[in-house]
Amino acid sequence: MSEKNIVYPYVPNSVKEIKAEMLREVGLDDVKALFADIPEHLQFQGKLNLPQPILDEYSIKRHMEGLLNKNKNCSEYLNFLGAGCAQHFVPAVCDEINGRGEFLTAYSGGTYADHGKYQALFEYASLMAELLDMDHLSSVLYDGAQAAATSLRMASRMTGRNEVLLSRSMNPEVLMVVQNYLQGIREPLLNIKMIDFDPQTGLLDMNDLESKISPETAAVFLENPNYFGLIEADAEAIAKIARESGAEFIVYTDPISLGAIAPPAQYGATIACGDIHSLGMHMQSGGGQAGFIAVHDDMRYIAEFKDLMFGLTKTSEEGEYGFGYVMPHLSSYATREQGKEYTGTNCALWAITAAVYLSLMGPKGMTEIGQAIMQKAQYAAKGISELKGIELAFSSPFFKEFLVKFDGTGKTVSQINKALLKLRIFGGKDISGEFPELGQCALFCVTEIMTREDIDSLVTALEGAVN
Amino acid sequence: MPRDKETLLRKFHQAKWDEQIIFEMSVPGERGILVPQAGEEISAIIGDGLSVIPDQLRRKTPPALPEVAQARVLRHFMRLSQETMGADVNIDIGEGTCTMKYSPKVQEHLAARHPGMTAIHPLQDDETMQGILEIYYRLEQFLKEISGLDYFCFQPGGGSQAVFLNACLVRAYHADRGDHERDEIITTIFSHPVNAAAPATAGYKVITLMPDENGYPTLEALKEALSERTAGIFITNPEDTGIYNPEIAEFVKAAHDAGALCSYDQANANGLLGVTRAREAGFDLCHFNLHKTFSAPHGCMGPAMGAVGVRSELAGFLPVPRVEFDGQGYYLDYNRPQSIGRVRSFFGNTPLALKTYTWIMQHGAEGLREVAECAVLNNNYMDKKIREIPGVVVYYAKDERRLEQVRYSWEKLKEDTGVDTEDVERRMADYGLQHYFTSHHPQVVPEPFTPEPCDSYSKDDIDEFVAVLRQISREAYEEPDLVKNAPHHSTIHMVQNPLIFELEKIATTWRQAKKKGLV
Repeated sequence: MSEKNIVYPYVPNSVKEIKAEMLREVGLDDVKALFADIPEHLQFQGKLNLPQPILDEYSIKRHMEGLLNKNKNCSEYLNFLGAGCAQHFVPAVCDEINGRGEFLTAYSGGTYADHGKYQALFEYASLMAELLDMDHLSSVLYDGAQAAATSLRMASRMTGRNEVLLSRSMNPEVLMVVQNYLQGIREPLLNIKMIDFDPQTGLLDMNDLESKISPETAAVFLENPNYFGLIEADAEAIAKIARESGAEFIVYTDPISLGAIAPPAQYGATIACGDIHSLGMHMQSGGGQAGFIAVHDDMRYIAEFKDLMFGLTKTSEEGEYGFGYVMPHLSSYATREQGKEYTGTNCALWAITAAVYLSLMGPKGMTEIGQAIMQKAQYAAKGISELKGIELAFSSPFFKEFLVKFDGTGKTVSQINKALLKLRIFGGKDISGEFPELGQCALFCVTEIMTREDIDSLVTALEGAVN
Repeated sequence: MPRDKETLLRKFHQAKWDEQIIFEMSVPGERGILVPQAGEEISAIIGDGLSVIPDQLRRKTPPALPEVAQARVLRHFMRLSQETMGADVNIDIGEGTCTMKYSPKVQEHLAARHPGMTAIHPLQDDETMQGILEIYYRLEQFLKEISGLDYFCFQPGGGSQAVFLNACLVRAYHADRGDHERDEIITTIFSHPVNAAAPATAGYKVITLMPDENGYPTLEALKEALSERTAGIFITNPEDTGIYNPEIAEFVKAAHDAGALCSYDQANANGLLGVTRAREAGFDLCHFNLHKTFSAPHGCMGPAMGAVGVRSELAGFLPVPRVEFDGQGYYLDYNRPQSIGRVRSFFGNTPLALKTYTWIMQHGAEGLREVAECAVLNNNYMDKKIREIPGVVVYYAKDERRLEQVRYSWEKLKEDTGVDTEDVERRMADYGLQHYFTSHHPQVVPEPFTPEPCDSYSKDDIDEFVAVLRQISREAYEEPDLVKNAPHHSTIHMVQNPLIFELEKIATTWRQAKKKGLV
C-alpha cells in the first residue's frame, strides 16, 4: 500500500478505506497476499527507480508543454518534407470526430454495442472503394509499408510463385519493411528482384522489367507516383507485361492523388495498396499512418486477406443495417497460425477519420485538391529549377514531390538544408545517401497548403543558400 | 433519475438514429468543404496543371463519392459515434485481455492539439525535435526499469507488430550465429493468437502447448516440445485465464538449455507493475501494448504502439533509428550495421509514446505499484462476486488466485437454461454495458467470458457490472427467451448472418452491396 496514502485520480480504489474494505471482502488482511502465487524470487524487491511523480494535472501539463515546446513545428516553419508523410490540410470536422470519446475509447466491441463504429468503418471502405474504383477492402493495416508487404504475400499465395519484382525507385523505408516481411528462416520466403529506373526519366526501366520477369514472378510492384514523385507513364504497359506472365500487378498509390490521376484499377492493377495518411491525418512525426489494400470482387483475392473484414448484412428488423464478419477464419484471431498472416490492433480511428475526410471532400473536393497540388508543385519546381546551378533530376511529370539536383551549386544538400533551417524552412529530404548515384539530390514536397508566397519564399531562400 | 439503489441496474436505451449510409445522403451539388486552390497567378504561369499527366493516367470521371454539406457530414458521424459504446461512456470491464483503462484527457489534449506533436514531420532535423526525442529517450529508461531489460524499441504500430518484431529479432539472432536449423517456435493455447501467428508470418513452424488442470502447460510438456530446432518460446504469464504460472523461470531455463530465446508477452502487464518483471524470470525479449497497460485510448482498434524490450545481446538487431543522447542533445542513430531495418515506417505512433510517458510520470514507482495492487484487488473482489452468480463455472486451478482477469464459463447456465454466452453478451448491451470478450478461438473453455476490471474502475462500478451479470443470469433461469432474443434496447436488432462466407453475400463496401443486390 502506498506509503503516503496518495489518492490517484485515475485509480479510484486507491482510497485507503475502500481498499481495506475490499481486502476484507476477499478475506485478506494484506495486499501482498494477492500476489502469493508469484514465487518470492520472481517478485521485484524494492522500489522501481523512476523519477518523482508529478501528481497534479496542471503541473504535468506544464511539464509536457515544456517538452513539446522544444520542438520546432511546421506551423512556425515552412515545411517541404514528404517521403511518405506530407503536410496536408486537416478539416476541423476530422479532428472533431477523431476526438469523440465514443470512438476514441472504444475497442473491439461487438456490433450491438458498437454499431456506429462498424458503420463508420464500412463507410471508410466504401469511400475508399470509390476513390480506388475497386470493390473490396479489409480493415486498415499498420501503415502503407505493411500493406505493401501483405499485398506481395497475397500475390505469392495466389500464384504459388515465390519471386517478386520491385522498383528500385521505391521508398527505401517501405522496402526495408517489405524485406522483413519476406524474409524466412533458412531462405527468403519470397525472393526480391529490383527493377532499375531509367536515368533520364526516373521511370521504371521497361527493358529491365522484361528481362527479369519470369514464370517465377508472383507480382510486379509499382509505386505510382513513385518515391521521386514521378507519375509512371507506362503503368498500363507494365500491367500488361505482368498479367501476360501470370503475375499480379500491385500498385502502391497515394490516395490524395486520385482525383487527378487515374486509380490503379483503371490501368490494370489487380491489387491496390498504400497509406491513408494524406486523408485527414496530422503528421504527428510519423504517427498518422495506416495502410489499405483493395481488390476486385473476386474470391481468389478476397480469400487472401489477413485482417478483419466487416460486411454489411441484415438484422431481424426489415430494412435495418447490421454488420457481420466476413470470412473470419482468414484472420489469426480465429485460427492462430493458420490465419493468412498475423493480425492485431491496427489503426481503425484513422480509417474513421479518413471516412470523414472523404465524405467532406466529395468528388469535387478530391478533383480540386489533386489539381491544386499538381499546379503548386509544378510552380515550385519551375521556380527552383530556374535558379543557377539547380535543376530537376528528372523531366517526367510528377505529383506532390519532385527531385531537385544541387550538384551544379558545389554545395551539399546538407549544407543547403542547414542554411534553410536558419530561415525557418525545412528543405527537401536529402536522398544522397539512399541514391548516391544521383548525386546531391533532395526530395521536395509541395501540397495544397502552400501559398504562392510560401513557395516564393523557398525559392528566394534557396537562391541565397546556394550563392 | 437516480440508478436503482437496490438492484444497481440502470434504465438504458442506446442511441438509435436509423442512420443512412453516407452515400444515401448525397445531394448533387452539396459541398462538405472547399479546398485551397492554386489561384490565378499560379494558374497563369502553370496552366491547369493536369495536362502534363499522360492521357491514359488522367482520371476521366471524378470518384463517385457522396456530395454532402458539412453540417450533415458532422451530424452523421456524431450520430455514429453516439451509436458506439466507448470506455468513456460505459463501465468497460467486459473487454478482458484488453485492459480498458481510463485514458486521462490531459494526455489526449496534449497529443491531439499541441502543434509540438501534431505538426511535426518525422524527417525534421534532430535539433528541431528535441522534445519528442527526449520523450522517447526518457520513456525508454522508464520501461527498462519496469521490465528489467536493457533496450527498448517503440517502432511497432501495435502489440501484434511488436510480437512480429520479436520473431524477426529471434530470427536475426540465430541467423547471426549461423544457426539456420532452428525453425520452430513454441507457444501456448491461452496466449494471444498473435504469439502463434506472428512467428508463423516470420516463417516459423508453431508448436502449441495445452494446459493441464492448473491452467498452464506442464514443464514436462515444454521439455518434450523443445529440441535443437526450437528458436524460441513465445509465452504470456499470466495467460488469458489470469493464473500465474509459478514455474515460469523453470520454463525459461529449459528453453535456454535447449538454445532457444524466450519472448515474454506483456501486452497486458497491468497487474504486474512493480511486482514482477521479465528480467527476474530470465526473459530475453518482452513487449508491452502501450494502449493497454499505459492508458492510451484504444481508438476502435488503434492506432496503438508496441514497445519491445530486449537484453543487450539482442540490442544490435533492433530496428533503426534509435534515439540516443550524446550529453548535449538527443539524436536519431541510423548507423547500426546489424539492425534488421524496419517493421514500420518512421519511428512509431509518437502520440502513444507521449501518453505513456505522461501517465508514468503522473504515477511514479509508488503509483505504478498502486495500479497493480488495485487492478488485482479489483479482480479478486469481482471474482468473489461473480462466482456467486448461478450458472457460472470457473475452470482450472481451483484453489489459486487470479491476477488481473479470469476466464469464466457459462457452461452450467447453458445446461440449465439453454442460454449461451453469446446470448448473455447481446443482453449486456441492454444494460448500458459494452459487450464482453468471450475468448479467442479455439474456445478451449466452453461458453467463455473474460472480464477484467483493471485499476480504473471503482468498487461501485464493479458492483454495477456484477449486478448486470447477476440480473442476466436470473433472467436466463426465469425467462430465457428474453435473453435469447436480446438485444432489446440496442441500436440494432439481432444480426441474421454474423459470419459471412459466401461470395454472393460479401459486401465490405457500398458498391459491392449494390452490385450484389443486397441493398
